[in-house]
This record gives sequence, C-alpha cells and structure tokens, in this order.
Amino acid sequence: MKAEPAAAKVPARRDRQDPLYIRVPLILAGFAIVGILIVVPIVNVFYQALGQGLETYWHNLVDDPDTRSAIWLTLIVAPVSVAANLLFGIAAAWAVTRFQFRGRTLLVTLIDLPFAISPVVAGLMFVLLFGLQGYFGPWLREHGVRIIFALPGLILATTFVTLPFVARELIPVMEAIGPDEETAALSLGASGWQIFWRVTLPNIKWALLYGVILCNARAMGEFGAVYVVSGHIAGQTDTMPLRVQKLFDEYNNPGSFAVASLLTSLALLTLFAKVWLERKTRREMAAGARAGAIDPNALVESPIVANAPVGSDPIAGELVASDLVSPVPVARVPVPHVPVARIPIAAVPVSREIP
Amino acid sequence: MSIAVRNVVKKFGNFTALDDVSLDVPHGSLVALLGPSGSGKTTLLRIIAGLEGPDGGSVLYHDEDVTHRSPRDRNVGFVFQHYALFRHMTVFENVAFGLRVRRAPKSQVDSRVRELLHLVRLDGFAGRYPPQLSGGQRQRVALARALAVEPGVLLLDEPFGALDAKVRQELRQWLRRFHDEIKVTTLFVTHDQEEAFEVADRVVVMHNGRIEQQGTPQEVFDHPANAFVMDFLGNVNVFQGRIQDGKMHLGNIEMACPEYTNGEARAATAYIRPHELDIDRSPSVASSLRAKVLQINPNGSVAKVRLASEEAALELNVEINLDRYAELGLQPGDLVHVAPRRFRVFFPEDYSI
Repeated sequence: MKAEPAAAKVPARRDRQDPLYIRVPLILAGFAIVGILIVVPIVNVFYQALGQGLETYWHNLVDDPDTRSAIWLTLIVAPVSVAANLLFGIAAAWAVTRFQFRGRTLLVTLIDLPFAISPVVAGLMFVLLFGLQGYFGPWLREHGVRIIFALPGLILATTFVTLPFVARELIPVMEAIGPDEETAALSLGASGWQIFWRVTLPNIKWALLYGVILCNARAMGEFGAVYVVSGHIAGQTDTMPLRVQKLFDEYNNPGSFAVASLLTSLALLTLFAKVWLERKTRREMAAGARAGAIDPNALVESPIVANAPVGSDPIAGELVASDLVSPVPVARVPVPHVPVARIPIAAVPVSREIP
Repeated sequence: MSIAVRNVVKKFGNFTALDDVSLDVPHGSLVALLGPSGSGKTTLLRIIAGLEGPDGGSVLYHDEDVTHRSPRDRNVGFVFQHYALFRHMTVFENVAFGLRVRRAPKSQVDSRVRELLHLVRLDGFAGRYPPQLSGGQRQRVALARALAVEPGVLLLDEPFGALDAKVRQELRQWLRRFHDEIKVTTLFVTHDQEEAFEVADRVVVMHNGRIEQQGTPQEVFDHPANAFVMDFLGNVNVFQGRIQDGKMHLGNIEMACPEYTNGEARAATAYIRPHELDIDRSPSVASSLRAKVLQINPNGSVAKVRLASEEAALELNVEINLDRYAELGLQPGDLVHVAPRRFRVFFPEDYSI
C-alpha cells in the first residue's frame, strides 16, 4: 500500500482511534477532575469572598490595616525577588551557555535545587544562617541588621524558592540560538553591553518574559519558606498568603476569602499573560517560518549578472560611467560628479580601461 | 593592510590546532586557506580576527602587533560560515549594525547602507528579515555588514560552504570581481581546492595545524611540496614502488628518476595525476602498464577512463582529451597500455596522516 489518496486517510485515522466507550468516559473523567479539583474551589473562593456583597468585600480588603500591609508587602517582595532572579537568571544562563568551565554541569544541577528542596526547609536554612542563634546572627545583631523576621528575610526566602524559573527558561533558548550572532556583533565592534542590549536581549526577550511571569506567580504565592522566616508579625511581616491563613485561623472567613480571591485573581492574570505570550511567540515563529518558506522572492536569487563587473547595473545591461570611476564606496574618495554617460555593455571590453 | 602571522601556536586541551604557523598576506591580495576539516584553518582565521587568542606567537597588521587587541579594535570584517545574521533585524539594520555601535550619524548610516546594498545587489531587500532571504542573499548581506565599517582586512570563513552548487559557482566569480573592485586584503577559508584555485591570488595549504605549502595556485598545483599537497589537490594515482640507481620500479615497469642516484634501494611512492597518463592500443613506450578498461565517462572536455591493472594490482584513473578518446575508440573491456608522461616521487616517511 503506497500513495493513498489524501481523502482516504481521514476515516482511516478515525478507525484507528479508540472506540467511543473508552473515549467518552476518559474525556468526562478529565473534565470532572479538573472541575472538582480546580474550577469548583476557585469559583468557591470568589463566591465566599463576595457572598456578603461587594461592600463587605471592599471593606475586608481595604479597611483592615493588617490586610492592607500584607498586600503592600507582597507587592514589594515579589517584584524585588523577580528582579533579583532576572539578573541572576540572565547571568547564569549566559555563563552556562557561553562559556566552558569546570563545574558547569554542577552549576546547572544546583540551579534546579530550589525546586527539589521543600520550601519549609529552605526557610529553616535561612533561619539557621541569619537567625539570632544562627551562624551570622550575633554579628548581624551587633551591626543592627535584621534579616530574619524582617523584609530582607522574606525577599531572601522568596528569591531562593523562585531561583530556577528565569534561568531554566533562558538556558535552552540561549543554547538553541548559539553564540554566533554575539560573535558577529563583537567582530563588528560592539562592546559587551551593546552586544547584550542589541543582540542577546531581543533574541531572548520572550523566554525572559515567560520566566518572569512564572517567577512572579510563584513569588506572590510562596507560603512555606516565607512562613518560617517571617515570624508572622501582623502588619509587619505578613505577606498575602500568610494573611489568608491567619484570617482563616481567626475564623474571619469573609476576610480570609477576600484576600484569597485577590491572590487568585493575580494568579489568573498571570495565567492569561502566559497563554497570551505563548500564542504570540507561536504566531511569530509561524510567521517567520511562513515568510521563509512561501515568499516567492525569497527563493529566487536576485540577479548577479554573470560577466558584468560589480559596478554595472544588472537591469539596464549598461555600464554607468560614474560607477566605473568610483566603483568603490569603501575607498571613500570624493568623486567629482561625472555626467552620467550610458555606454552599451558590448562596447566595453574591460571595465577599467575606460578613460 | 597587510597581515603577518608569526609562529602562532594554539591548543585546545591536548589537541594542537595550530603548530608554529607563520604566514604573510600582502596588502590587497586575495588569499585562500585551504585544507581538510580539522586542519586548523578556521582557528587561524579566528585568531587573525581576534575571536580567539593564540597560546603563542603574534599577529601583525601592517607591522603593528595586534595579538592582544580585541576584535573591536582591529577593524576587521568577518563573514561567518553560517552568516550569523541578526535574525530580529532587517537587512538594513544588519548592515547598519557596525556603524550604529560606533555611533555614526544617521545620515551617514543611511547613505552608507544604501551604497553597500547596491554593491551586493540587494537594493530592494532593505526591509526584509534574514529568514525571508535565500542562502546566497544572506551571504551577501553578511558581506555587506562586514564591509560597512570599512575594514582593513576582510576574513571569510567557508563563505560558500552552505550554498548549493550553482549559487556557489556564481558567488565565487562574483567575489573575485568584487575583490578586484574593492581591493581589501581578503583571506578566506575553504576545503574545496577548486574554489581556492579559482578565486585566490595565493593559496595556503594547511594540514594538521601546519602550513604545508603556500604560493600561487599554479605553483602549488604544478610543484606540490609534498605528498599531502599532491594528494589533496585533486585526483591522483598512487603507485608503491622501489627506487634505486636513478630508476623507479613499479611492478614490471621502470621509470627514469634521475634525482635519486643512490645505489641503495628505497621504498617510494609515485603520484601521477589522471591527465598525466596516456592510453595506447600498443605498448608504444618501453615501459607501460597493461590494463583493462572498466568504465568510460566522457565529461565535458575530457573523457575519464577507469582501468584495472592486474600487474600492479590497482585501479587507475586516466583523463584523455576527447579527440584522443575518439581516435582510440575505447570500449569497456578493452586491453590497453598505460604510460605516464610525468610523475612525482615522495618517500613514505614524508607523508603521514
């Protein structure tokens, strides 16, 4: 069997599919699981939060100073962590993909470590290092620096937990692109920063943004590591997730759900941003591929007239005298404007013999 | 700007990529670095450009030592094997890049880029992106980009390697004419001896990180310095034999070899190009080799004949002109006599791969 007509293939594929009594339950089970585990709880969060009317909802979010402070704190901690990871991610990806050095594989493995370690353990590590009983605790106290139970600790813990996101996104992209364009930029006289801003960054911008979005989502939602290092001081070191838990513990369900709904909204927003970005990159890639494949002009060589010298005009089939006098823009000789005389190409045996 | 390379050594771990290489490229010349892959030719090019640093030796531009200068201060134009065009920039911006990073005024950038795009025959393509161009067009964009900064030296790494045969042929001739117009000292890397011979003023043959020979294409082809060069520059028939008292013995045949008058017998290898062998119906010369015609391939201006010689237990490739071919009326299976007009002898210890 060879070269089946295309039309015959469609039903053939259908026949090869699993029968209806397998497909339908599987699809239904898929929807049911997503519905029960994801959709219902999320809808319920909003239902609980808004259950007593918009006014109460607003009151719960804005009028409680501790909640306000928690929202504010999250809006500080998340961007700072994201910024730190942005710098680290680019630096790490650059190092790993552009240099060969001893310990390169180890570095790649270590970048992934925060994914593997439980966030609570991560938090504890920082407490053991910077807490009052920790290694650096006494020294820090002497110099009046507070890390644990303060903002620096929150940022440190959040950054640790979200460390892999940006680097993980960038490494495969930068590996695929390769160093050629950067080397080319170097040979054209660009400085290190010029290469980064003009060549590297435009090539990795979508991957970078994608990493930042994921990193941000995780940074805002982080609970475990932050819980350990924050000390739970209401109005000072409570972030949004901690606030949700505390309100819930205090049987303030509407308040708890109000903050939870805000956190969920931020997560949904992130998700939509991610989907939009994925679509956009896919569209761009498809457009690029299409332009390369179908554009008829792309496949036709622009004319190089076989026996004409470089200075000739391939379309007219004539030599322009001024071209011959200064065939070389590179030489940058100021050329007096010669009146353009068009000479039929046949009359010119060797171009440079023209007086 | 002339280029001089002095005793350059480059190692990658235990591998010696360049072993004490010295080279002179005169001002305004077009020179080919020719060699098989792994011979160090691209490494040498990158060291000249400053993209790699040598482990020893120095690079001079016009008598000025630039060994420790970064590529951005060397004023070189480098064309990469796979072009390395900036994929997110238009053709115009690609060509303009070198001027923009030097903060050239906008009007100057505009006119210079237009000039260059005209020079490489891509006038209507300024707004395209690299994926929208064919291979030959990308190659010319890469060339225009390298020339935009008015380099004193133009370096090209396998400039035609990624193109199909016809475009390659066109671009080769075009590059030659182009060089005659712009007169920039140009050095290009290739593994294709035909390409090197067709385009370059001088050919530098490299092998195992060393320069085996340099000279004009004619010199190198007619007087190969050693067996490697002989072998690398096109087809060759190889005969193992002995040499003694000014005579070379190849099986039953004997050839005069007056340079070696030593009475002691010595193993030697004779190299004979296909066009240096004659075919005859009868043994016209005293020492000729009997051979059977296996295959005939009239190809352009010559007929390529493949023969088997039982005495010497080897296959021969012979090229004869079409007139001679018609005169002989060769058919596969014919028994004929083959005699060399010229040959070169190298001793085996000269040549190791």
